[in-house]
This record gives sequence, structure tokens and C-alpha cells, in this order.
Amino acid sequence: MSKTGNAIEISNLNKWYGDYQALKNIDLNVAHGERIVVCGPSGSGKSTLIRCVNSLEEHDSGRIVVDGIEMIDNASINAIRSEVGMVFQQFNLFPHLTILQNLTLGPMKARGMSKADAEARAMKYLESVRIPDQAHKKPSELSGGQQQRVAIARSLCMEPKIMLFDEPTSALDPEMISEVLDVIVDLAEEGMTMIVVTHEMGFARRAADRMIFMDHGEVIETGTPTEFFEVPKTERCKQFLSQILQH
Amino acid sequence: MSTRNILLFGCLIFVAGCSSAPGTWGWYVIDPRTTSGYNNIRFLLNGFGATILLSVIAAAMSMVIGMLVALPGMSSNRWIRLPSRIYIEFVRAIPLLPMLFWVFYGLPVVLKSMGINISIDAFWGAIITLAISDSAFTAEIYRSGIQSIAKGQTEAAKTVGLNYRQTMRYVILPQAIRRILPPLANQFIYIVKMSAFASVIGMQELTRRANELVVTEYRPLEIYTLLILEYLVLVLIISFFVRWLERKMGSDESR
Repeated sequence: MSKTGNAIEISNLNKWYGDYQALKNIDLNVAHGERIVVCGPSGSGKSTLIRCVNSLEEHDSGRIVVDGIEMIDNASINAIRSEVGMVFQQFNLFPHLTILQNLTLGPMKARGMSKADAEARAMKYLESVRIPDQAHKKPSELSGGQQQRVAIARSLCMEPKIMLFDEPTSALDPEMISEVLDVIVDLAEEGMTMIVVTHEMGFARRAADRMIFMDHGEVIETGTPTEFFEVPKTERCKQFLSQILQH
Repeated sequence: MSTRNILLFGCLIFVAGCSSAPGTWGWYVIDPRTTSGYNNIRFLLNGFGATILLSVIAAAMSMVIGMLVALPGMSSNRWIRLPSRIYIEFVRAIPLLPMLFWVFYGLPVVLKSMGINISIDAFWGAIITLAISDSAFTAEIYRSGIQSIAKGQTEAAKTVGLNYRQTMRYVILPQAIRRILPPLANQFIYIVKMSAFASVIGMQELTRRANELVVTEYRPLEIYTLLILEYLVLVLIISFFVRWLERKMGSDESR
């Protein structure tokens, strides 16, 4: 496997749902350590795009290379998934398991780690998301913000090189958004490569190296947060920003 | 009508039968105080073993076959899905009695023509039929239970590196089992009742014994009343056990 300069290379990516084209000729390169925020109106394809990166959605044409591994078959998909962590809008914790079991399941079953090692690792990441004391509770006993932080820790337990966040704060009560964003900012500062789909523009200013604006399955505009927020180039992007920044 | 009322109703028939004019009722055939009545009751109750064994083995086989049918039935690949779909539609459309005849009288002929010389006795003929016939329903129960677990659980399992088998075993099935259990228990009760059909191929279970006794004693009302009570007791015991199991699993979830 040849190491390329980029963590993620996407070229000419297309995706259809029946007759509807969800992604149109997407080209995107993400450097190692780069933090990218993807925004755009709902239905613009931003979630579909990041779900293609770890093949939760199958793309119809185009090339995806993640950490030097080209996505061509099941073996490469598995290899890619072991490099890529993902955090979902709805947390998707395993409700029948304790927090600790949520975190150790992957390392023990997929990586064959011993229980003791997996638990030590789990506690380390629970501490880094600041909830070690909840380890033996069930997900339903935690607040939304705590659940999402557990979900982040669960991903980190697989020690991924790249993290994908699919609207990680959209399902949260307003007062819990910042505790989750703080954890993501911590990760960003540690140099984790990440793609974050979010409407949190304050977070984007704080953490993003690059902004990507999508609409109708296309990348409309891309640039540094400063360029993006101060001098948006396209009309659609201006319109979107004015709508989202009104509140 | 509650189960208690049904039981009361049964007792009423019995009491009425004992007190009314001789000739209309003849509970003596199953009166344990007389030697012949006692022997008759023993003869009838001895069918319990076969009915229970038949039902339990058939249900266990149906649960395994049902899972083997249900899992490919949920594949995203339609060619993997297709055989499972065909099996379910086909099996579900065949009435139990014709299938029983076919398995008991027809299957050995098919096997023989393939060079396999196996005779199928009434016991296994009944079990195979019950298991296959029930497996189509079991498969659908599994499918609805598994599909009721949100897609996000499978996706989360994928992102922490679990393969399909691990995802099913550690994430989906533990959650689906609580939703699958009540309808599965229903199916088991259905099997217990349908096992009565085994009587027509000579299986010595509850119904067969009742039939044989009716032929010698000419007392269908009394004997079939007892037969119905036998099934009632059996089903009530199963219901009770299932409710206990559901409570136990339910409390595990809420903790």
C-alpha cells in the first residue's frame, strides 16, 4: 500500500438514489491532520458524502482512497473502516450494554484485545471526554451530551486516524452542545484528521482549517473559515450564511 | 371469557353430567374411582409425553430453520434474498394436514428414488412437518424483530469494526430477542395445538389416545372434553412460563 500525501482522496464521486443524484462529481482531498467542516442546506449531500468515506453508503462511480487504501472490495472497506471513526447525529450507542461495554466491544471482538487492556483503554478515553464516572451505567441513564461524548470515546477506542462527525450536535439540547464541541475541539488540537458536518458556525471558525459548502450534491464553495465567512464568493453561499447566522 | 371462567364452565359441565339422568352423560368412563375409569384416564394422560416431546423438538427445529431462512432474507442482495422469500411463501401456503401426508407417505418414496433408504416413522414425520410448516412463520417473526432494531445500530457496529456475525451476535440479537419472544411463544402454543394432527398418522399423542378411547367406549363428549382440558392446562403452563421469562428479560433491560 503506497502512502500518499493525503489522508483522504476523493475524485469524481457520484451517487444516485434511484433517479435522484445525491452526489455530483465530487473531488476532495484531505491532508493528514486537516480539519474540514462541511455545511450546506439539508438534502445537499453532505452526510452522504462522509458516509461514502467509510462505505456506509456505496458510491456509484468515482475513486475513494483513504490513508493510501483504495476502496475497491470488502477487504479494503474493512481496512478503511479500521482507520476511520464515526460519530452519528443520533449517537447510536448500544442500549443493552453499559458505557464500558460499549467502548470495549470493538477492541475486544474486532481487534481481539484482552478485556483488561480494552477496559484500560476505554477508561483512558472516557477520561479524555470527561465522563469516567459513568462507566457502569446504561446509555439511557445519561444525558444527550454525555451520550454523544461516549460515542466519541467509543470511536477513539479503535484508535482511528480519521474521524467523521455527522451532525454531532443536531440532536442535542442547546445547553449540551458546547460540552460536545469542546471535546471535538480537543481532538482537533491533538492533530486528528477530521471531517465534520455541522451547522455550528462558531465551532467552524474555532476549529476548521477549511470550509466546504455543498448544495444539491455539489461542492459549491471551499475556502478557509475567514474567506468563507467574510467574503463568500457565490450567491447561494451568501444566502445560506445569512439564513444560518440570523439567529 | 377469562381463563378462570372457562375453567368454571368446564367444572359446570362435569357437575351437570354427574347429576343428570343416566344415558345422557357418562363421566364414568373417566371416573378415577372405578378401575376402568382410572385406567382410561391413565391411558389418556400418557399422551402428554408424546405431545410435549413432539412440540418441543419441532419448535426447537423450527427456531433453527427459521433463523437460517430469516438471515439471508434480510440481505441487501436480492439474489440472496430470493430463496428465503420463496421458501416462506411456499411453506406458508401449504396446509398442515396435506403436508403431513406428503412427508409421511411421499417423502420416503422421494428419498428411495434418490437411493436413500430411510423410513420415516410417525414421530419424525410429525416433527419434520410441524418444524417446516412453522419455520416460515418463525422466520417472519425473526425478520420483523431484527428489522425493528434501528439501522443506526448496524452502522455503529460497522464503524467499530464488527463483522456481520459479530454485529448480529453482540448488537442486534440481544436487542431483538425481547421483541421476538412474545410472538415466538405464540407460535409455540400454535405448534402444541397443531401437534394434534399427528394423530392421523398414528402418533400416540393426546388426540390419538382420545380417539382410540372414543372408539372403544362410545363416549365422545366426556373424552373430548377431557382432551380439551388437557390442551388447556398445557397451554396455560406455557403461557405462565413465557410471561415469567418476559418479565425477567424486561427487567434486565431496564436496569
